[in-house]
Amino acid sequence: MTLTTVIFYIFAAILIASALRVITAKNPVHAALSLVLSFFTGAVLWMLIEAEFLAISLVLVYVGAVMVLFLFVVMMLDINFEELRKGFWSYFPFAAVVAVIMAAEMVLILIAPSTGLDAYSAVAPLPEGVSNIKQLGVPIYTDYLLPFELAAVLLLVAMIAAVSLTLRRRKNTKYIDPAEQIKVKRNDRLRIVKMDAVVEQPEPAAADEAGDKPAA
Amino acid sequence: MTLTHYLVLAAILFAISVFGIFMNRKNIIVLLMAIELMLLAVNMNFIAFSKYLGDTGGQIFVFFILTVAAAESAIGLAILVVLFRNTRSINVEDLDSLKG
Repeated sequence: MTLTTVIFYIFAAILIASALRVITAKNPVHAALSLVLSFFTGAVLWMLIEAEFLAISLVLVYVGAVMVLFLFVVMMLDINFEELRKGFWSYFPFAAVVAVIMAAEMVLILIAPSTGLDAYSAVAPLPEGVSNIKQLGVPIYTDYLLPFELAAVLLLVAMIAAVSLTLRRRKNTKYIDPAEQIKVKRNDRLRIVKMDAVVEQPEPAAADEAGDKPAA
Repeated sequence: MTLTHYLVLAAILFAISVFGIFMNRKNIIVLLMAIELMLLAVNMNFIAFSKYLGDTGGQIFVFFILTVAAAESAIGLAILVVLFRNTRSINVEDLDSLKG
């Protein structure tokens, strides 16, 4: 058993343990953190077969963005998780049977000698001076340019959709509406009141002088 | 460490997330997390095949899956927030207003 195989087994064990923790954790914050661990371990396993670019982008995109979003939502909403936890184990026998049969079927097929998967026993090392990023970048910007642009548009659409779904007008904010501002007429703002002119009366001079004298 | 190692690991991971979807059928947040785990298993298959067969197409596909999955979880969580505002609950069993 080579060193990489040992590393693979260690990280595979961590991945499976953390995946089990994700689906059985009582507290969804723990589940989200376990999911972070499983993504990180998955990235390490990808790096083990020299898929460096995707390993790094898994950490950046998932651990950095998606899982933070999950943690935000879990912590922001005031959810009674005890209520959701009721009857958690009632489906356990059925779920376990289905999952075990599914896993057993797939594993039995994969380890059968007749599939010929044994022929692929090692990754061909990359030639000197060729990086995984360059290997992926050249086809992305040539053969897969249209899907790449569509993916960018999809992210924009998703961003706008997420913002517009959660946007709500608060009642007490003082926002301005430019359309209303432009539509305003003179008569909406200015009211001309007709009234008699006020004539200022000249005050008596004697009283004025007496008032100005300082007290002796 | 052969191709079979990765495929078996991905199969087990996929079965675990199916198990999780069965067990957490009330809690939408954990359901979304189980779906993310499933996508991780699928991506692992893609990358393993791509590397062992020497075809970069698989890795490019994983790149697009990551994009779509990020968009999916962002919109899913936004819907979840709106749902919680309207019903004060994220229990799947409360979502019966369509009476289907």
